[in-house]
Amino acid sequence: MNPAPSIIFFTVASGAGYGLLFWLGLLRPLGQVPQGAGFGAAACGLALVLIMFGLLSSTAHLGRPERAWRALSQWRSSWLSREGVAAVATFAPAGLFFIAMIGGDEGLARPMGLLSAAGAAVTVYCTGMIYASLKPIRQWHHPLVTPGYLLFGAFSGAALLAMLAGFWGQAATPAAIAAVLGALAFALKRAYWASVDATPPVATAESATGLGFIGKVRPLDPPHTETNYLLREMAFRIGRAHAKRLRGIASLAGFAAPTVLLLLALLVGGVPGGILALAAAALALAGLLAERWLMFAEATHTVAIYYGMPERG
Amino acid sequence: MTSLPEPKAGAKKLGLVIDLDTCVGCHACATNCKEWNTSGHMAPLPDRHPYSAGQEGVWFNRVHSYEAGEGEEGRTVHFPRSCLHCETPACVTVCPTGASYKRAEDGIVLVNTDMCIGCQLCAWACPYGAREFDDDAGVMKKCTLCVDRIYNETIPEDRRVPACVSTCPANARHFGDLGDPDSAVSKLVAERGGYELMPELGYKPVNRYLPPRRAPKADAGPAKEASPLPSQITNPLLRWVDKVLSR
Repeated sequence: MNPAPSIIFFTVASGAGYGLLFWLGLLRPLGQVPQGAGFGAAACGLALVLIMFGLLSSTAHLGRPERAWRALSQWRSSWLSREGVAAVATFAPAGLFFIAMIGGDEGLARPMGLLSAAGAAVTVYCTGMIYASLKPIRQWHHPLVTPGYLLFGAFSGAALLAMLAGFWGQAATPAAIAAVLGALAFALKRAYWASVDATPPVATAESATGLGFIGKVRPLDPPHTETNYLLREMAFRIGRAHAKRLRGIASLAGFAAPTVLLLLALLVGGVPGGILALAAAALALAGLLAERWLMFAEATHTVAIYYGMPERG
Repeated sequence: MTSLPEPKAGAKKLGLVIDLDTCVGCHACATNCKEWNTSGHMAPLPDRHPYSAGQEGVWFNRVHSYEAGEGEEGRTVHFPRSCLHCETPACVTVCPTGASYKRAEDGIVLVNTDMCIGCQLCAWACPYGAREFDDDAGVMKKCTLCVDRIYNETIPEDRRVPACVSTCPANARHFGDLGDPDSAVSKLVAERGGYELMPELGYKPVNRYLPPRRAPKADAGPAKEASPLPSQITNPLLRWVDKVLSR
């Protein structure tokens, strides 16, 4: 699949933003993050900025962005529509959460924080399901894809929260959570790659054409000599050597290194801990951009079979 | 609405039956499809750089050619690929806007280009590559099963078939109601063992493909007695009998 920069940026940025909103909404009532208005405004503000930039970026992928509002209508059948509805709905409690924290209205901040956390989780779940529901792309139609979106969002969001909380001198809980999630994310992505590598493609040239009863099917003449939309969009290929290297970068720089840095931040504490957490968050986001790019670049669509581009062989 | 219509027993399922035995790979169906549809329901079908290198455009029908099997058993098969108007089309249910829809009355899958936001999720959801994006208009386009021909009362009744069917010089394309077991296309499918593409994905395509007939073995016994070519039989009744018996 063609890695569209707008979608990669959108899913990474809004995933981190929702992750940050989730942990802030959940940990603040428990007293595990700084309670002041300044911290609340900074954390919630950063989350909302990431979410809004992500959503704006996603509209760059649309052919007719001015009609984007129509995408809220088909929530009965479409995960993309559900994602849109959940994203818009989450803005209401998140906005009130932000205002209540600034105004010091704890009676409002607590429920709005929890509602924001719930909305964030639902939105990212919908994002994951958009990909996981696409059967023609077996690397996306995989049981670990949606848990991955949730976990990576929660991880990068917790790293950002640890960074901010570190600057306010109370990073212990978010840093510990982020470190655990980083380790889990590393393990999940490794397990996902092992699984997709070991699973054979569902469809073959024989089943795609129905000619298997004659024998092995191979392309003779292409339907067109130049490229087309299908080939540009759905037959994007990345060299196996590059894929291997990028997997290494994504899992080590994106998950393993931030986990180590967060553990260090936990030991050091204070503002130096915040700086370590800042490095961890930056690495996590960069690693996730690589991970998301790979998620597209390594995904194979069944239409490529018709063009004689089996994923193996 | 991108929710699918309730499946009803005996509902009309308009679709195509493509005979891979007789398709000669001439691309006339693709060309006539482009010709009709560039001024039809989904018009226009854009072309980029039409007169220079790097030309590409939106087509609803693409004719691939494959080789299948080895040696004596091997053969060349021309393979037109277009929308299969699936019974459970994921391209419709993933649509966030309601622009993609499946008609309850005849099963045709269409796009309302006035509502499409161009997110292209439907093209990702289609395993067959039936949908192609119109970069100029920013909306998705696809085969309409020539909805603007098959019900068009301004053209003669016998020509109210999709453009690809009407133009096929080898009579390899058939159009009809695959929901009616007594229709000519359903009988053809039953008789020839017509099949669906990638049934393992579960989209339940309506269109059927008729398999290439097995070539007779070269060493299948002594040479047959010379018989007249069909064109040499002048009596129409005998020509018909000959045609039926030689199937």
